[in-house]
Amino acid sequence: MPTESDPLGELGLHTGAVELADGEIPAIRFENVVKQYGSNTVLDGLNFTVRKGDRVTLIGPSGSGKTTILRLVMTLEDSTDGYIFIDGQPLTHIEKDGRRIVLKDKYRFEMRKRIGMVFQQFNLFPNMTVLENIIEAPVHVLGHSKADAITRAHELLEQVGLPDKAKAHPTSLSGGQQQRVAIARCLAMDPEIMLLDEVTSALDPEVVGEVLGILRNIAATTDVTMLIVTHEMQFARDVSNRVLMFDAGRIVEEGSPAEIFDNPQEERTQAFLSAVS
Amino acid sequence: MSDYFETLGRYLPRILDGLLITVELTIGGALLAVVIAIGLGLLARVENFLLRGFARVVIEFFRGTSLVVQLFFLFFVLPLPPFNVNLSPIVVGLIGLGLNYGAYGAEVVRGSINSVPKGQWEATTALSMSNVQRMVRVIFPQAWALMIPSLNNLLIQLLKGTAVVYTITIVDMTAIFNDMRRDTSVFFSYTIALLVYFVIAYVLSTLMGLLERRATAKLGRGIKLHVIPDAKGVAT
Amino acid sequence: MIDDSLWNWKHVWAALPDMLVAFVKVTLLVTFAGSLIAAVLGLVIALIRRSSPKPISAIVTFVMNFVRMTPLVVQLLFVYYAVPSLPGLAVGIIVFGVHYATFMAEVYRAGIESVPKGQWEATTALSMSPARTWIAVIIPQAVRATVPALGNYVISMFKETPFLVTIAVIDMVGAAQKYGGVHFRFTEVFVSAGILFLIASYPTSVLIGRLEKRLAY
Repeated sequence: MPTESDPLGELGLHTGAVELADGEIPAIRFENVVKQYGSNTVLDGLNFTVRKGDRVTLIGPSGSGKTTILRLVMTLEDSTDGYIFIDGQPLTHIEKDGRRIVLKDKYRFEMRKRIGMVFQQFNLFPNMTVLENIIEAPVHVLGHSKADAITRAHELLEQVGLPDKAKAHPTSLSGGQQQRVAIARCLAMDPEIMLLDEVTSALDPEVVGEVLGILRNIAATTDVTMLIVTHEMQFARDVSNRVLMFDAGRIVEEGSPAEIFDNPQEERTQAFLSAVS
Repeated sequence: MSDYFETLGRYLPRILDGLLITVELTIGGALLAVVIAIGLGLLARVENFLLRGFARVVIEFFRGTSLVVQLFFLFFVLPLPPFNVNLSPIVVGLIGLGLNYGAYGAEVVRGSINSVPKGQWEATTALSMSNVQRMVRVIFPQAWALMIPSLNNLLIQLLKGTAVVYTITIVDMTAIFNDMRRDTSVFFSYTIALLVYFVIAYVLSTLMGLLERRATAKLGRGIKLHVIPDAKGVAT
Repeated sequence: MIDDSLWNWKHVWAALPDMLVAFVKVTLLVTFAGSLIAAVLGLVIALIRRSSPKPISAIVTFVMNFVRMTPLVVQLLFVYYAVPSLPGLAVGIIVFGVHYATFMAEVYRAGIESVPKGQWEATTALSMSPARTWIAVIIPQAVRATVPALGNYVISMFKETPFLVTIAVIDMVGAAQKYGGVHFRFTEVFVSAGILFLIASYPTSVLIGRLEKRLAY
């Protein structure tokens, strides 16, 4: 797809693509997605595909557009151009008679339910207890019974190692504990896609391990699709099966963790990896 | 001086009547103001341009055109043709105070809602909450704790504002002490008046303080509240 | 003959000259002279509370809160009848000035407290003199939080000037009421009075809002 900055339409066309089996529907597909803030172009005609059950880590210098990708998938922001598909269905916009049409809020709302996100700053609701945080959306969004939601919440708290914190207030917990609750809150919605946005960046170094351990466990025991932005390269190596290196809104290199971390081909990837390690 | 206290004793029933009127106007006006403040404050941040514009015009109108003008308009103009609306002075006072301080309160409500951290809004989106759920269950409870100190300031302003209603024939506390001045002395009468107002203000402030503590306790400890500037632009 | 039309411009033009004269001679005069007193006295109160021994500052604080939390109207009546020799306009200026001084004192305090502790420590580390500390470091930073808030109080004072009717001072609204009483036409005069307030106060508060944004870091 030729654009002004890419007249031959070569950049961003093949990178990010994956081989799909016949009839396979990918979990996430970006088609020529553009995101601009005013005159600042963050994503410039991005294409990439994430297969179901994939764990894809996005790495790259800050400002390279990684977090923007997660925010677009979560519909926290709208793309400026292009299309995003979740499980083959359009997320926010469709093409109709050559025009880009925005989809209704109600439709987005339904799409959104299939996606969960864990934030850098946890964003737990301080006006609710830990348990209330976890059951809030299952009860009031998905319409589950309160009893079921509570049972599940206790299971999840067990899973994240906080079985005795159900009645606690988020603000009385440490950062690491808050993030574990946030992970439980996300899982309580049974998302098909989990977005992890620098989930350890706001944590003290000594508690990073416990949070990553829980995520490793989730990756090992479920088939949820994960899209991860992180600066923890060891975590990316352990959990993901694909790594995409971003710079200036483009994929500059991609491959398995072994390929990217042990044998990077691109100069920018090499420079980035030596800077963060 | 002992004569003065004797006179005060004679005046006591009337003073209590006046006090009742002042308290009625304060509480009634405040309740009306809170309803108006929340309504207009929420309306002032909807996406719809017309609704938002309507809210802005109403807010700026009642903030910008002096309380006394509003009271006089309601009192003198409404009973005349073509309106022919005869409201009792007390109702005029309640409506005037409610609208005026409600408009100030609307800015407090809007400001508090806007200062709930962005991450909280994003978390509600990530959990697929609807707009109503988001506001009722997550944003407003947090904004509420932020707005109480400013609403407290407005409540004291409202109480002080009630003292002007005797100019539209309401026999409030100030009206009674105006009368008592003639039978005692200026110093005696108005000193007591000021003391009574001060005590009411103090009690109201204390109650609002309790309300604030309850609201912040619900948010747990360690939450740092940004103080929203009150209607006059200052946190106190 | 009773004129029961909703609106008659005749009354606007007839009442407006007196209203405008009162606007300038009373409303604006009380606002500006009162603001001046409030700004200066407020600063004095803030400095006393900051730097005097505890008993004195406690007394000043109590008096300040007493004045803040009691009605301006009662204070006007009190002074007006207590000092009969003082003209109503002077009473208005003084009472408005003192009443708002108690609010402005808090503005100054908040402004000074808005300067981070580290700034004071830095001036100590650089061995700056107290005078230099205030002039070069504290005041320039405190002004950001102070000036817009003081401006908002001036607007408040402006809109409360009709309280002067309680002490028989004819401000703009008083003039409107007087005309209305004589001609039994209130709609035009009170609408005009409201609009005059709006015309003067709304642009001012917009300007203050801009100033606030400009001064913010």
